[in-house]
Amino acid sequence: MTQLALVIDLNVCVGCHACVTSCKEWNTSGSAGFLTDENPYDRDPTGTFFNRVQTFEVGEYPHTETVHFPKSCLHCEDPPCVPVCPTGASYKREEDGIVLVDYDKCIGCRYCSWACPYGMREIDETQKVMKKCTLCVDRIYDETLPESERKPACVLACPTSARLFGDVHDSESVVSIAIREEGGYALMPEWGTKPANHYLPRRKNRKYIHEDELVRADNPLKKEQRGPSAPVDEPTLDDSTSW
Amino acid sequence: MNPAFSVIFLTTLIGVGQGMFLAMFTGQSYSAVELLSTQISPVFYATGSLIALAFLIAGLVASFFHLGRPERAWRSASQWRTSWLSREVIVLPVLMAFIFLYSVMHFFAWDMLLFSVQSGARLYLSLVVGIIGMMMTFALFVCTGMIYAGIKFLQEWASPLTVVNYILLGTASGFTLSTAFASISAPDLMRFYGIWTLIITAFALISRVISLFRNSRIKAKSTIQTAIGVRHSKIEQKSMGFMGGAATTRDFFHHRTLLFLKNIKWIFLILTFPLPMILLWVGMVNTSTSLLLLAFIVQYLGLLAERWFFFAQANHPQNLYYQTV
Repeated sequence: MTQLALVIDLNVCVGCHACVTSCKEWNTSGSAGFLTDENPYDRDPTGTFFNRVQTFEVGEYPHTETVHFPKSCLHCEDPPCVPVCPTGASYKREEDGIVLVDYDKCIGCRYCSWACPYGMREIDETQKVMKKCTLCVDRIYDETLPESERKPACVLACPTSARLFGDVHDSESVVSIAIREEGGYALMPEWGTKPANHYLPRRKNRKYIHEDELVRADNPLKKEQRGPSAPVDEPTLDDSTSW
Repeated sequence: MNPAFSVIFLTTLIGVGQGMFLAMFTGQSYSAVELLSTQISPVFYATGSLIALAFLIAGLVASFFHLGRPERAWRSASQWRTSWLSREVIVLPVLMAFIFLYSVMHFFAWDMLLFSVQSGARLYLSLVVGIIGMMMTFALFVCTGMIYAGIKFLQEWASPLTVVNYILLGTASGFTLSTAFASISAPDLMRFYGIWTLIITAFALISRVISLFRNSRIKAKSTIQTAIGVRHSKIEQKSMGFMGGAATTRDFFHHRTLLFLKNIKWIFLILTFPLPMILLWVGMVNTSTSLLLLAFIVQYLGLLAERWFFFAQANHPQNLYYQTV
């Protein structure tokens, strides 16, 4: 079974919101209709987004770390938002594990948003239906696009490649390798929702060099001490010989 | 959570309707086994159940205001296998149909004796309809309660106490109204209903206080650490990623002070339990319909506050992501 998902590398994310804007741009002009913006140029602008980037400060000054945290639907393997839906508008696709909302069936009762512990569902105040990240389902299968572009808009937009996209059930996919080798984790594991999207933690790469590594201990001739010969001013054999 | 008034009215109004129907059914069951000495006119049951039906309809109307797309509401009956909300949507009209049938059977005396024993107990067809209606009433209480109790990460709600409270509070308010109604159309039954109301209200008080006590000492399972997956004791949100608010900030925050919440708690505790009990007692002693009606109105206002508090108290784990603009 396939389970498409994103892996977001918090070590690389710089919080530029490029994924937010490209997501909004793609999905507001897609076949599923627009994403509402209310008072976009006025006081209290608000609207529907699939993706947000939040910022957290970890630690106490001066030992602080700024964590930019992109946040969108995690496409849980056991999504709590799906069984509570009274109309069946909310569903998880068998073929690729994407959790979607059928905008033609949704009655806008908001029960699924109550049932999502991550707050990843937002009601569209104009269309009055629940909206959420589709993993750009209208893009990743679009055969009119070159294969390299059949990825979610946020993944393509990320300037630092902090977002990886792939099948987390395929152990050789780029996302599975990242999760396996770089400590990928899921959010709020305590609720057993098994999010498909994973995050890679912040990590520090430090090189500790011991003195022994600078001076070779097992060097009986001490040859290293002699540096290369200095350049000479007079012509050398190379200058006068025609090979 | 930010309490939605449509849902507050839905749950309190159908609670009254369900409780009132249970009161009518209780009256008929008692007289069927001759525990009530007086002869009760079938019109009393007919009118009482019609009033109950009116409350259920009012609740149903209120629920539509919660929907973004009410014209598609019929679709919500389809997922009864998994969704308590869908089950509620099915049980509510079924219950309404049985209450209507119960009322009509009494009004036009469409009834027949099915079974009787020497000692005097008699089983009428209308009572069988009442039994089914009673079961539907409890089914509806369970559905309503489970809508909230079934969300496991809303820890304030995820408890059997939620269902028990819905049953007891709804029944209490319906019995209060029945007492007032009986004082007009069947004065002999007033004390019968009044005493039951006092008993049920007392039990409702106990169970609600237990749930308040439970909720006051809940330890949240989700923390900011599990929310973003960073293991550090000091994490502070600096930005939620937008400034103008979103559905996630409007629907899940009540934007009130703790003091306001505390006041509402005491207001509902007083308005729902002791005050109507006193009014009911005085009203019964003096056979005063207006005092009994006042008891119901006070209790209903108390229940509105109770439901508001029920929603406001629930702390959704998604709020961890929206702690600062």
